[in-house]
Parts: sequence; C-alpha cells; structure tokens
Amino acid sequence: MISLLSSLVAALLLVNLVALGTSRISTVVRAVASQGVLLGLLAVAAQGRLNGTVVALALASIVLKGWLIPVILFRALRQVAIKREVEPALGLLPSLLLGAFATVLAVAAGNRLPLAETRLAPLLIPASLATVACGFILITARRKAISQVLGYLVLENGIFIFGLLLVDAMPFLVEVGVLLDLFVGIFVLSIIIHHINREFSSLDTRRLSLLKE
Amino acid sequence: MRAPGLALSLLIAAGCVLAASGVPGLLLRWRSLWGPRIAASATVLGSLLGLAGCALVLGGSGAAAVSLPSAVPGGRLVLADDALSGFFALPVFVVGSLGSLYGLAYWPPAEHPRNGRRLRFCYGLLLGSITFVTLARDGVGFLVAWEAMALSGYFLVTTDARSREARRAGWLYLLFSHAGTLCLVGFFALLASSGGGFALHALAPGQIGRGAATVAFLLAFVGFGIKAGAMPLHSWLPAAHAAAPSHVSAVMSGVMLKAGIYGIVRAASVLPAPPVSWGAFVLTVGGCSALLAIAFALGQRDLKRLLAYSSIENVGIILLGLGLALVGRSAGRPDWVMLGLAGCLLHVWNHALFKSLLFFGAGSVAHATGTRDLELTGGLARRMPATAGLFLLGSVAICGLPPLNGFVSELFVYLGLVRTAIAPGPAWAALPAPVLAATGALAVACFVKVFGGAFLGTARSAAAGEAHESPPLMLAPMAVLAVACAVLGAAPGLAAPALERAVAVWAGHPLPGPSLAGLAPLGRISTGAAALLAATALLTLAVLPACRRGRRRAPELPTWGCGYAGGSPRLQYTASSFAQLVTARFAWALRPRERPPRLDGLFPAPARFESHVGDSVLDRVLLPRARRLRKTAARLRIYQQGDLQQYVLYIVAAIALLLLFNLPLNWLVGTLCGP
Amino acid sequence: MWSVIAHAAVLALLPPLLGGVVTKTKALFAGRRGPSVWQPYFDLVKLLRKGVALSATTTWVFVLAPVLAVVTAVMAGLLVPLGSFAPPVAFAGDFVLFAYLFALGRFFTAAAALDTGSPFEGMGAAREVGFAWLTEPALFFAFLALARLSGSLSLDGMLRATEGAWLQRTAPLVLTAAGVLIVLLTECSRMPVDDPTTHLELTMIHEVMVLDHSGPLLGLVEYGAAVKLFVLEALLLHVMAPTARVTGWPGLALFLLGLLAVAIGIGAVESTMARLRLLHVPTLLIAAVLSCGFAFLLLSR
Repeated sequence: MISLLSSLVAALLLVNLVALGTSRISTVVRAVASQGVLLGLLAVAAQGRLNGTVVALALASIVLKGWLIPVILFRALRQVAIKREVEPALGLLPSLLLGAFATVLAVAAGNRLPLAETRLAPLLIPASLATVACGFILITARRKAISQVLGYLVLENGIFIFGLLLVDAMPFLVEVGVLLDLFVGIFVLSIIIHHINREFSSLDTRRLSLLKE
Repeated sequence: MRAPGLALSLLIAAGCVLAASGVPGLLLRWRSLWGPRIAASATVLGSLLGLAGCALVLGGSGAAAVSLPSAVPGGRLVLADDALSGFFALPVFVVGSLGSLYGLAYWPPAEHPRNGRRLRFCYGLLLGSITFVTLARDGVGFLVAWEAMALSGYFLVTTDARSREARRAGWLYLLFSHAGTLCLVGFFALLASSGGGFALHALAPGQIGRGAATVAFLLAFVGFGIKAGAMPLHSWLPAAHAAAPSHVSAVMSGVMLKAGIYGIVRAASVLPAPPVSWGAFVLTVGGCSALLAIAFALGQRDLKRLLAYSSIENVGIILLGLGLALVGRSAGRPDWVMLGLAGCLLHVWNHALFKSLLFFGAGSVAHATGTRDLELTGGLARRMPATAGLFLLGSVAICGLPPLNGFVSELFVYLGLVRTAIAPGPAWAALPAPVLAATGALAVACFVKVFGGAFLGTARSAAAGEAHESPPLMLAPMAVLAVACAVLGAAPGLAAPALERAVAVWAGHPLPGPSLAGLAPLGRISTGAAALLAATALLTLAVLPACRRGRRRAPELPTWGCGYAGGSPRLQYTASSFAQLVTARFAWALRPRERPPRLDGLFPAPARFESHVGDSVLDRVLLPRARRLRKTAARLRIYQQGDLQQYVLYIVAAIALLLLFNLPLNWLVGTLCGP
Repeated sequence: MWSVIAHAAVLALLPPLLGGVVTKTKALFAGRRGPSVWQPYFDLVKLLRKGVALSATTTWVFVLAPVLAVVTAVMAGLLVPLGSFAPPVAFAGDFVLFAYLFALGRFFTAAAALDTGSPFEGMGAAREVGFAWLTEPALFFAFLALARLSGSLSLDGMLRATEGAWLQRTAPLVLTAAGVLIVLLTECSRMPVDDPTTHLELTMIHEVMVLDHSGPLLGLVEYGAAVKLFVLEALLLHVMAPTARVTGWPGLALFLLGLLAVAIGIGAVESTMARLRLLHVPTLLIAAVLSCGFAFLLLSR
C-alpha cells in the first residue's frame, strides 16, 4: 500500500505545480478537480482496509470535489466569460518556482515538526504543507476573484490531507462538516463572483479596495 | 412524589416544544392567521408541560440528570433539574405563554407583514433556550444555550428593522452580550482548569485556590451581570427594552434578566467557601444599582425606557438578597442565608409577574394612543378602565406596598438585613436597609408619575383623547398576572416550601435552624392583607352613597383651577415636572442635557426648552472612550488598504512564523549553515 | 384584652384632640385665644354631614385615596405600643409594615392629587413624594438603631427598650429622637417644612394635595392626617422618654399626657420657626438621615 500511497502523493504534488504554472483558468479548475479525485483515492489508501466510514468519505470527496464543485465553477466562468488570468500579481514562472521551493521545504522540514508519529506521517505531512502553501500562493499571487476561489479549494485540500492522519481520532461528523462547509462556501462564492462582475465589470480584486470605506 | 426522571423529561420536552413553536409559522404565508395561532397554542402547550415539570421538581421530587454524547471531544452534554433550576424555569413558562397570547392581538399579521413570522420564531427560540440554560449542567451546553438566547434576543430587539432606534439598540445589545459571553468563557475555563472538567457541579473547598476563586467569581459576576442588567453594566438594557415589541420586552425583562441572575446564583453556589468580601461587593453593587436606576427611571419620559430602568432597580434588590445570603454563608448564619436567598428568589418570581403586567399595560397604551411618550398621554383611565385598573395593581405591586407580592420579598430582605444589625459584631451589612427604603420611596414617586401621567388627569394629545380599550386577548394575560400578584401577596406561604427547597439546593444541604415560616411572619402577612382589604372595602362602601349623590347632583363639575375659566389640558402637571424635584437632586448622576430657551429683546420670538436624560454610563463613559479608541485605531489604517491579497499575506506570514517557532533551532542552523 | 380595647379606643378617639392642642398652642403663642381644643371633632362631624362635589376629571382613585389614608394610618397605629402595654399586633418585621403602610397611603394620595388634573395639586404631590425618599431612610436608620439597642425585630420590643438605655446611651437616643422629630414634621406637614395654615397653593404641600376633596372625603382626609400625627407622636415619645418605666394603667395615662405635651412642643416649634425655603427642605431631611445614621454608627461600635 505504501507504494500506491507514495505515487498518489507524488501525483498530488505535481498537480499543485500544474495549477500554479498555467494561466488558463479552465485548466486550473480541471487540476483542482483531479486533486479531489486523488484525495478520495488517498483516503482509501491511507486507511488500508475498506472501512465503511472511509469509503463514504472518499466517495463524498470524489463526487463533491471532482464533479459538483467544478460544475458550479464552470457555470460561473461561463457567466463571466473569462478565459485567462492575464495580469497576475506574481508572474507565472516566479510563482511556479515559489511553489516548487515550498514543496521542497515541506518535504525537508515537515518531518521535523513536533507532531504525532504515525506510520503515514512522513508522507502525508509534507504533502499537506505543500498543498496548503500552493493554495496560499494562488490566493495571494492572482488578481482575478475566481482564482481566489480556486486557491481556497487547494487550501482546503491540503487541510483535508492533514485530516486523514486523524481519521481515527476525529469523529466522522467533523469531516462531513468540513465538506459541507466547503460546498456551501463555493456555492456562495460563485454567486458573489457574478455580483462582483456585475458591479465592477471586471473580476480584478484590486477594484474591491474601493469598498474599504 | 418522587419521580425525578418524569420531571426532567417534562422540562426537556417543554423546552423543545417552546423552541419549535415558531417553526410552523415560517412555512405558512405571512398573511395567514394560522401561523400565530399555532405558535400561541404550541407555546401554551409547552408551558403547561413545563409547569407540570416545575411543580414536580419544586414539590419535592428529587434531582435527576441525563447525559448525552457531545460533539466536543472529551465532554458530555449534561442536562439536570433541581429545585433551583425549576424555580428559575417557572417564570419562563408563565410569562412566555401569556406573552404569546398577548402577541396574538398586539402583533397581528395584517399590521406587520415583514416581521411577524420572524418574531414568533425567535420568540419561541428565546423561551426554549432559556429553559435549556436552566437545565444545562456542563459548560459547553450552557454556553450554547446562552448564545442561542442572546442571538434570538438580538433578532427580537431588531424586529422593527426599519427603525434607527431599534438597530442602534440591537447593536448595543450585541456588543454587551458578547462581552459578557467572553467573561463566561473565562469563568468556565477557570472552573475546568481546577479539575472539574466542564461540569457545573459544586467544587470541593480545596479544589480551587482563593485567588482563582475570586477571579472566577468576578468573571461570572461581570458576565452574568451584563445580562442581568446590574449597574454599571446596564447600558444596553433601556434601549433594547424600549425598542422591542411590548410582549417581547415583558419576556426580556421578566425572564431573560433572570437568566443572568440564575447564572450568578449558580456560580455562587458552585464556588466553595466564599469570603465575606464577595457578599459585601454584591451588596454594594445591588444597593447602588437599585438607588441610581430608580433615579434614572424618574428622569425618563418614554414609558418603556422607564420600565426598563425600573427592572434594573429590581435586579439591584435581587442582588441585595443574594449578597446577604453570601454574607450569611461566610459568617455561618443560616438564618441570614435563608432570608436573603428567599427574598432574592421570591423577588425573581414577583418581578417576573408585575414587570410583565406593566409591560403589557405599556403595550396597551402604545397600541391605543400610538405613542410611548408620557408627556402626550393622560386621562386614559376613563377610556381604558380595565387596563388602568390592572396597571394600577402592577404599580402598587412593584413599589413593594402591602398587600401585594412585592412587599413580601422586600420584607424578607429587610428582615435579613436587620438581623445582621442585631447580631453581635460590626453591622455594616445592615447599611443597605435604608438604601432599600429610599429606593422604595423613589419607586412610589416613579410609579405615581407613570400612572398619573398616563392614566389620570386629562388627555394631553388628540390621540390620547381618542384611545380605545384593548381587546380581551390583551386584557386576559394582564388579569392572570394581576391575580397571581394578589395571590402571592396574600398567601406567601404557598411559595415557602418551594423557596426552602431551592435554598437547600443552593447551600448544598438543607439549612439548619428555623424554616422560612419560622423566620418570617408569613401567616401575619396573610391576615394583614385580608384585614387591609376588608377595612378598605367596608369604608369605601360607607362613603360610596355620598359620592354617588354628589356625582348625580353635579355631573359636569370642572376641577377648581383657582378661577381660570379657560382651563386646558396643558395646565396640569406633566410627568417630568412631577419628577423634577427628585431629578434635580440626582442631576449629578443623571446629567440631563438641557437647552434653555433664548429670549432676548422686548418681543422675543417663540422659543423652546428641551431637556433630555440619557444614560450616563453610556454617554459619559463608554461613548467618549469608544470615540478615542477609534481615533487611535485610525492610525493603524495604513495596514488596512482594502487589498484582499495583502490580508491573506498577513495570514500566511503569521502561520509561517508559528511554524518556524516549532522547528528545533539547531536543526535550522545546521541546514542553513551546511555541514 | 382590656388593653387592646383601650388601645383601639384611644387610637380611634384621641387623634383629633392632638391637632386641636397644636392649633391652640400656636394661637396662644400669637397672643390670640384661638379655637377650642375640641374644634377638630366639631369640624369632622360637620364635614360628615356635608355633600360631596366630585370633579368630572376624577376617577375612582380619588375616592379610594382618603379611605386608604385612614385605613393605613389606623393599621399602623395598631403596631405601636402605647405606654407599657403591648400593641394589639406585633411580629418580627412589623416596622417594615409600619413604614410601607404610610407609603401606600402616600401613593394613593399623590395619585388622587394627579387625578384632578389641577396644576396645584400636582405641585403638592410632586413635593410630597420628593421629600419622602429622604424621610424613609431616616426612619429606617432610626429603626436600625433601635433594633441594635433592643435586639428585637418588632416595634414592640424596639420602642419599649429605651427604658433602661437613656442612662448609658444618651447620645444615640438624642440623635435618633432628633431625626424622628424631623420625620414627624415632614410627614405631618408641619413647620418648618410646610405651613398647614397657608392658603397660597404655591407654598403648600399637604394642604394643596387635598384641595379638591369635600364632605365626608375631606373628613376622612383630616382624620387620617390626625391619626398619622398621633402614631408618629407616639413613636417619638417612646424614643424620647423611658415610657415603659411606669407600668399599667397609670403608665397609659402618663403616656397620653406625654402625647399632649409633645403636641404642645410641636405647636411651640411651629410658632418659633419660619417655614424653610422649599429648596432647603432636602438639606434638613439629609440632616435627619445623618443624625439617625450616626446614632446607628455609635451603637454599632
């Protein structure tokens, strides 16, 4: 199982970099969707045996993040008619390099953090930290509001990976709650994106600072 | 009858039914009459269940507890009932059901299309959450119920969301409520750290240190005191009670404030071995609260704000009783504990009864005349005789005058306080007795002002002159409350067993020494009340024929106004002029803002005089500090440019810093500097 | 049993005489002969025979107020011992009932004054309730001092314990007596607080509150005021003098003579002092509060 697990983790880290490296928004959405599917498989692989709880969790993750949320996002994209992230705050190559550096740092230093020692920790903690860092980079480095949403999704994926370590200790309720949270959040954000576009005729978040006062 | 589980199940069921009573109305159309009817029936049903549960618990069935698994790791949700919980839960059911019936006629869907359904939903939620506050025995469950109560209260205060006054009142309410909850979280954290987990059980004497216990007590007092409305934590109360609809104000004043009192009482019973300073502190706060609040009440011209300040005064009296009980517990005098706590608890019930009656009356006045301003009403006793009579009964009760129920609870407190004077040793604990006497006299002044200004004399505005009597559905709840006041005043022995059981729960064990009936002259109060009523009735009947003859002979006599033939309603004393002698003396606390008229020249233009009494703590202390804080905080604006990415960057920096702290330093140095 | 009947009889019949004695004393001080001391009785009988004129503005509260003034004053009188006999009603905490009965009477009298819709009566009512908040604490401080002195929670025990105390505790008792005297002058609307004989509405307190009452109602008002004066004089006499020293019926007779002497004293005070400016009356009342408070302080050392 460990080899399956490590290949899944490697695929996950690659998808992170793909999301960072492209300016086509639909590609980023597809990358995030595939991350969702990978996470579902990761959940099953991490557990080892086919526990009913874990299978339900994995299925929920795959359906929600792999299908439902991308559908919502594509619909929002169509309404807004945006195809590319044209003027990011941090250029594509610099953000890609930053993401790679964060991944390396996570792999090197992640296991030194004073966290609980489990069998799967050496693999999952760096993956989680790297994904969280890439999510943050997406949020801070991109200007369009929809990129913020995608960065938030990647961030949540990172936290989900971390949660897989604790799937025995944390009650099922919390994981389901997190998923529900995510779904509601995306739903609301897609509506907000539509309104932002209608109000400012653009999704550039720099315009939002006009709302400060 | 020992049926502990039955009582607890009844109370839990009552809480659930009450919380859900407004939900069916949400699903129906706003215009439908069935929404309010279902809500009222559900509230009455829930209240009957709850009253049955309370009767069982107060009648001597033992305490029961139920423990449910909780979402919080390592904790369980514990619900339990005992005589103290039952005592505080009873007003919820009585006032809640009567208020719901009152609201049927007071807030009909036809007149309030936008907020009727929300009002009924939040009303039910408020009643249900207060029930669960009294039943919760673990910190997390308690705080959840407390927050539910606070939030539903917020939505009820801002029912009339279009009114600027209501929005401002709701904002103040929310601020204070959350400050209080913060203190409560601290209190529960302190309790948990002393080894009791989050459970709300009495701590053993050695379990918590003296300093920690005092800090915990202060946190609980401030947190619960904000909700109870003790001065100087009261600034949210007048605005909130004035802005809410009248039956909601009745529930907030009669029941929600008592949830704060319940918290203080429970905290005092949980913390062991109180030093005398706690009792002295509570006595001081209670006395100052009572005296200053009634002075503020005298300065108000808005009827509901006045009643709100009067609630603060009564909370002060309740705190006096509690302070006396604390002093008694420190001094080892069970008679002081019994009298003090019995006075405190009985005043909780009494206040719930007569304050709700008064708020219902205020609602009737507002409903009939369209105004809450005492300067624009008058002469309503002729047009609304039933409301006037019931309001008069409520006023007499709230002033603590015999033969009604206010007198009984104040008598208990007085007896306890004077007992501390006759005991050997220093007698500082008896000093609140004259303060209470002054408060009582000021309350008489205040409620003569209210009753005289609203109901007596002649109408001061056109609207007051055309007032109509309230519909029976608004009068019936008032009549029930009035009868309850009279019964408790004439037969206080009925409440004595319940009081003794509640006091026993508070003290942890049944108190040694004489019972309440042995310490206080309950039987004499009943005979005295009966004698007073009988003598009054006889003498009135004796003079009635002469009065009838006089009215028949000269039916349209005007009042002698020293020969002024063209009398007008504006000649009579107004409510604020009535109170002026007292408010002038208390001007150091009330700080009225006056704008004197400008008269210059030989033929001056028409001029106005304006005088307004705001809330001194809010206007003179809190708002200037808040403004100064805002000016200082404006200097931090450079960090707040409105750029979303910048804010996320701050979060990332903070997380990175925290992570960095956790990395062992030598490893970091090793990798950076190379082998 | 006989003492109860005597108490009731004295309470019912004697009060107007005290008012008559005060008026006679003031007349003698002014060099006049003055009306007979029995004049108040004749006035009451005359009023009972007259008709009632009720203003159209008033309601049933106006009729209830004089009734309650009499009932509350009489019930308060049943709580105060006369001479060395025990009062008909005594229980722990009856001093609270004593004070609050008067408050009940005050509530309704003030409400009846507002009921007429006349500015003068409103003025009088405002002043009456505006002074009451200072007399009540003075009275309660006095009760606290007496309770500490006697160790009893009932008026009966409190008032009869001054007997032995005058030798050891002179200072507190003098202070308490001064405070109770000022309370009496305020509650019964005597000089220097109020002038009962002025006819200027702007200067009255109590008289103006009852301006609109007539016939039997006015009779009840006057009688109630007389009973109130009687009860408060009895209270003052107990504090001022060791009344329980002479027991039995001679003691009662001596007590009644004492009451007449106090009435003469009140007449003397009224004749020799001018009425205080209204703004200075609270200062006098605060002095009463402080006086009784100091008495309590001295006793609680």
